[in-house]
Amino acid sequence: MERDDIIEYSLDGHHSEEAGKAIRKKIYTVTILLTVITIIEVLVGAKFGRATTSGMAWEMIKWGYIVLTLIKAGYIVLVFMHLGDEKKSLKYVILVPYFIFVLYLIFIALTEGLALGDIWNTYGG
Amino acid sequence: MAGHATKEIDAATLWGGKISPFSTSYGKLMMWFFLVSDALTFGGLLIAYGYTRHSAQDAWPIGEETFNSMPFLGHGYPLLYVALMTFILIVSSVTMVLAVEAGHRMDQKGVVKWMIATIIGGFFFVGSQAWEWSHFIHGTEFGKVELVDGSQAIVSGHFGEIENFEVIEAGHHHKKGEKITEDVMHEFQHAAAAGHITAGIITLHDGSKAKINKKDDEHMELIIKKDGLKHKVGEKMMEKEAVEAYYKAIYSGTPNKVIYGANLEQNEYGPQQYGQFFFFITGFHGFHVFSGVIINIIILLGVIMGTYHKRGHYEMVEKTGLYWHFVDLVWVFVFTFFYLV
Repeated sequence: MERDDIIEYSLDGHHSEEAGKAIRKKIYTVTILLTVITIIEVLVGAKFGRATTSGMAWEMIKWGYIVLTLIKAGYIVLVFMHLGDEKKSLKYVILVPYFIFVLYLIFIALTEGLALGDIWNTYGG
Repeated sequence: MAGHATKEIDAATLWGGKISPFSTSYGKLMMWFFLVSDALTFGGLLIAYGYTRHSAQDAWPIGEETFNSMPFLGHGYPLLYVALMTFILIVSSVTMVLAVEAGHRMDQKGVVKWMIATIIGGFFFVGSQAWEWSHFIHGTEFGKVELVDGSQAIVSGHFGEIENFEVIEAGHHHKKGEKITEDVMHEFQHAAAAGHITAGIITLHDGSKAKINKKDDEHMELIIKKDGLKHKVGEKMMEKEAVEAYYKAIYSGTPNKVIYGANLEQNEYGPQQYGQFFFFITGFHGFHVFSGVIINIIILLGVIMGTYHKRGHYEMVEKTGLYWHFVDLVWVFVFTFFYLV
């Protein structure tokens, strides 16, 4: 029996052949992008690793890695998981908890960790 | 994408009940909520890792020194293997999104094809991780050594092959003059860790003593990881100097001068917590991948039987796809923070 009081959201995803072609093209573009980023990361890791680089150079490489990782994560979430196509309210419900709690927790934990390491180095562990 | 998600509906109607304010089905929304909580779990683990690592400072192992082996090829390929694993997982994520796309066109054959590809990729990843674990647990041929001055060093280079043990003093089992060739590497490591080797003479399980006939090590390099009386962190010793210092320590006849591989109590790569985090984080992720493969297989059976085709949409594929992409997403972070930086 058909019920007209239930909205079938599951049918919203359907698209035509032509739309599919465009979507697939986007998927392949993102694939190439993610692969290239991974290759760059490994080449940099092998050539200018933590063992051979130090000081400012290593700091820059480290932040470079973090930025590349966030770019990769962004593409996976927004394109592969289709969060980019969802409603704004759903995007915020999913993403905002991390911007509030996780950034805060990272700051607290790493500051505390460094302080603890300094104490061990100064007074012995 | 067409449909409710892009349609403009005023806020009063949207939040007034009866329809979903997020314009998604219940199932998909719940999958997202589960992933949000699971991501917080992984976030917590990685932050705990960061905390421990920052407190350990210079003693923490370096990714490209620890993970530089390839199956069949040996050592000297920093990060290549994990990069390959990352690539496998990214590709399986791509095949999954292609399966979802095929589902949106009600292309049953396409969904089956791409889901099978995804499952194969998943098995490859789990298998790779098994190899990586096995390698991590068994460790290198040199192990981590505690030098005479109390400093600790990791070792790289080519380990000269052990040809045999030549018995010079008979025990319960072996006779004098006998040449033992069976399982010598294992026996050697066992004895070295237990302090049963003194000046090149190994005491075997049966009490017999034997001379170790071994080829020379090549290109040996010691990298100090823990301060001692003489050597400081970051110092390197090469070739002859390294060989001398290394064998002085492991041929000293005292136990616990060398650690091979890793277990939950100790590991040759760095602080104790390093091994524990490695096992827990990659293990927890690997378990997610394994569950993902199983879920994918179950959904694939549904696709083949035409359950979703009859239902009129392939949203189940989309939901399992969300989980699968999430597993890929977590690996991107593990890859960066465990192996790269």
